[in-house]
Amino acid sequence: MSIEYLGLSSINGPLIALEGVQDAFFDEIVEFVVDGTERKIGRIVEIYEDKAVIQVFEGSDNMSLVNTHTKLTGHPMEIALSPDMLGRTFNGIGQPIDDLGPLTSTLKRDVNGLPLNPIRREYPRNYIRTGISAIDGLTTLIRGQKLPIFSGNGLPHDQLAAQIVKQASLGDNSGEQFAIVFAAMGVKHDVAEFFRRTFEESGVSDHVAMFLNLANDPVVERLITPKVALTTAEYLAFELNMHILVILTDMTSFAEAMREVSSSKGEIPSRKGFPGYLYSELATIYERAGIVQGVNGSVTQLPILTMPNDDITHPIPDLTGYITEGQIVLDRGLHGQSVYPPINILPSLSRLMKDGIGAGYTREDHQDLANQLFAAYAKVGEARNLASVIGEDELSPIDKKYLEFGKDFEARYIGQGPAENRTIEETLDLGWELLGLLPREELDRVDTKILEKYYKPTVKED
Amino acid sequence: MNTTDSYSREVTALLKTAQIYGINGPVIYLKGNTGFRMSEMVYVGREKLVGEVISLDKDMTTVQVYEETSGLKPGETVTATGNAVSVTLAPGILNNIFDGIERPLERIADTGGAFITRGVSVDSLDINKRWQAHMTVSVGDYLHSGDIIAEVPETRAIVHKCMVPPDVEGTVVNVVPDGEYTILEPLITLELTDGTQKELPMMQQWPIRVARPTHHRFPASVPLVTGQRIIDTMFPIAKGGTAAIPGGFGTGKTMTQHQIAKWSDADIIIYIGCGERGNEMTQVLEEFSELTDPKSGNPLMDRTTLIANTSNMPVAAREASIYTGLTLAEYYRDMGYDVAIMADSTSRWAEALRELSGRLEEMPAEEGFPAYLASRLSAFYERAGMMHNLNGTDGSVSIIGAVSPQGGDFSEPVTQNTKRFVRCFWGLDKSLAYSRHFPAIHWLTSYSEYLGDLAPWYQEHVSTKFVDYRNRLMALLNQESSLLEIVKLIGSDVLPDDQKLILEIARVIRLGFLQQNAFHKDDTCVSMEKQFLMMDTILYLYKQARALVTMGHPMSVLKSENIFEKVIAIKYDVPNDRLEMFAQYKNDIDEFYQRVLEKNA
Repeated sequence: MSIEYLGLSSINGPLIALEGVQDAFFDEIVEFVVDGTERKIGRIVEIYEDKAVIQVFEGSDNMSLVNTHTKLTGHPMEIALSPDMLGRTFNGIGQPIDDLGPLTSTLKRDVNGLPLNPIRREYPRNYIRTGISAIDGLTTLIRGQKLPIFSGNGLPHDQLAAQIVKQASLGDNSGEQFAIVFAAMGVKHDVAEFFRRTFEESGVSDHVAMFLNLANDPVVERLITPKVALTTAEYLAFELNMHILVILTDMTSFAEAMREVSSSKGEIPSRKGFPGYLYSELATIYERAGIVQGVNGSVTQLPILTMPNDDITHPIPDLTGYITEGQIVLDRGLHGQSVYPPINILPSLSRLMKDGIGAGYTREDHQDLANQLFAAYAKVGEARNLASVIGEDELSPIDKKYLEFGKDFEARYIGQGPAENRTIEETLDLGWELLGLLPREELDRVDTKILEKYYKPTVKED
Repeated sequence: MNTTDSYSREVTALLKTAQIYGINGPVIYLKGNTGFRMSEMVYVGREKLVGEVISLDKDMTTVQVYEETSGLKPGETVTATGNAVSVTLAPGILNNIFDGIERPLERIADTGGAFITRGVSVDSLDINKRWQAHMTVSVGDYLHSGDIIAEVPETRAIVHKCMVPPDVEGTVVNVVPDGEYTILEPLITLELTDGTQKELPMMQQWPIRVARPTHHRFPASVPLVTGQRIIDTMFPIAKGGTAAIPGGFGTGKTMTQHQIAKWSDADIIIYIGCGERGNEMTQVLEEFSELTDPKSGNPLMDRTTLIANTSNMPVAAREASIYTGLTLAEYYRDMGYDVAIMADSTSRWAEALRELSGRLEEMPAEEGFPAYLASRLSAFYERAGMMHNLNGTDGSVSIIGAVSPQGGDFSEPVTQNTKRFVRCFWGLDKSLAYSRHFPAIHWLTSYSEYLGDLAPWYQEHVSTKFVDYRNRLMALLNQESSLLEIVKLIGSDVLPDDQKLILEIARVIRLGFLQQNAFHKDDTCVSMEKQFLMMDTILYLYKQARALVTMGHPMSVLKSENIFEKVIAIKYDVPNDRLEMFAQYKNDIDEFYQRVLEKNA
């Protein structure tokens, strides 16, 4: 293992080629010493006989064909793991950057992880109360789920994620060990600072492991950041029995980094220049959420991604939506009306919700109520479209009722304070109160018995 | 698939080997003329990862590896097995869950724990388990390819029929008595036409990329009854037919497939989770073990096999998983069963093709997909069909493939090419899903070419009026769609009453008939008879209401009666075993008719 190779045969962006290597293997990590002082690490991404193509995590700045010493490490990308990681801050490849010294641990794991065997998964059923009506009532977050926030630039996704962290970490599950793994990929310094402050203010910062790859950090490093973070999360969850909430922001930067590296490797692009394996790569990240049978721990993922140009059909949100178990979509229109959180509930969805709510979990009427709110709000959209053509005055009485419902629904149900923490009962009762604005015969998604029990017309005092 | 390891096959020739030259993700290159064959299965490296030869020239052999390649080194040995990638066929397939190359996940978990490690060598099927076999042939019989030699109760629901493999025929010279045997113990000995003797165990193998031979194909004539109204009544699929379910994320592809897998009247279900979520496979496994088959009363898993290649498992095995499932399905078809394949999702399979094609640096066609995408898709769907088997039985393979179009846009290559080769298209619609109208199959974009083929069946088994009623519902829905265009511009108040009635009846059809609640015990699966009676009631209501409107009674009066809501609620209010209640609804409609007449007299 101690052979050092002097010099390189070519450098192309973050990729370098090295000839004459012996005994190197695919996906192996190599260490570079540039000019005798600067240390970098890289990963073998292609190998032909004795010629290796290596991706340099820190970028190839300053490297020349002659000033670099290369050493094979003999192992794939690994990270040292220990319970002490909580409360610490690391860079994008898992090295401590908080001046508290290196981690002392002999336990090392391959960051690539392994696929979880479906027969050893436990189907997630316990809901996490976030205290946010639009999420708890309509797109319920389940422990072990991967539920991304689809956002756009300038929308308050960070505040929303922070509020979820604050409110979900308190509350009902105080008896169990709870921790947060935070991975930032290419985010602005301010954003990272915002999260750090939030964790401190809510008193959870000693339960957080932060992995930071900021916007001005090397691009290639970003490719490894979520894997490092999830390896940590899996260790904490499945070996130390903790409930882990992983926040990954911003997945768009991760995908962009992949495109950048792919194009410098000269690969054939598929959609919008992204490599054909974008889906597989995203899947290896998102699928690392879940619960393992017989382990009292879980990994819940809350990835954040900014949709380029607010376009939900862009490959990144599109492929993400096909892998994750639902999505929470933020909407610029609602944000413009100062509704916080600006969650557009129609395209939002939680796939695991149906098994984690109802009698025994939340309340018997939850599913029917949610369906009805979705259906009614969809009609609000139709009524608004009609109103924009023929004018509000010309609408039929029932359409006018829908407009009224829509206004109240957005202002009171979706909208709430950034520190407001609603119980599930409050959320459900509010839903019924709003449905009370509509005549009973419009409620066609609710079982007759539940309607009997919960529906009562709301009289608006003027 | 690794059964080859654990029992001795007639391996006479020395196995060919070669050295790894280059590695690029799941694709590896071997230098020189290796003498390997196309589609041959190989073991790669020290860990014996499973791979397949995908291209050959005199300087270079290319292999795709079905497992993660990290850690492989140039110079490691690749060993050919002499066989194409094939599956093991014998009792034990049902009530089981496999990965993309037929390795049982249960065994992998036993050896590797909760996470799937690499190079796991496990038998596809349990070779130690003893199965009760009842022999159906005797000494002196002349057997042809495909003939049934023994019957083995595989699960409570399904009798497994062991068959003579294709391409083998001869005279029986020895038969074991009825009793318990493992899948490797010989059951009969055949004397082949060339005088040699061949022992046949329960087990046989078949290459996954080759269709199993049949005698001939029947035209479609029997529907695959799914219990889902929009499918059975509006857009039916035949046994042996092909259907595609395209839809953006969140529109309910998987849910629709689950419903069909649960309630359809197929004998066997092969559920292929190709590049989808791990939790979904867990859910299928849990749910199907608890639910009972309405036909036999046994757990649904007794007639089900799951192939799970989740999105984070290696991509090459994802490409193979579709063929693995298809070959298992054909094997059960050969026994005379009706098999339905749920492939979720064919887009992931197409993307696996694209990914591998990109690694091979092939010239891309549309959106980076390889040019052979269309021919691969057509070859896949053409393996479906209602067949007359070699042994004289009739069986069918129906394929229901989910398609996940990029951006929900049906004009992308996978959806478009799939449309050319399937005869039934259930287009899922985002706006329906947003308003939580499930199944979100849109009645205007979907079609079924089987309707004409199946009309005689409906006339004979349901009602002579069935097809006519179905067409009338469709006509009403189409009229609604054009009326809604007008409503969008001027509002519904200005429409004449007869058009308002069409809107109202179409609403009844949409909410009361097309929309179906998968979580409601009565509504989740509905018999053809109830579907017909529901149509009958809705159309009767339309007929009476139209008579009232023609007489000049305003729609507002009609709507003030709650008869429309009552008909919508039929799906919940009439239990599946109390269809006599429909007579009461006709009375109610007549009373409503009288009441309106009296009110406005």
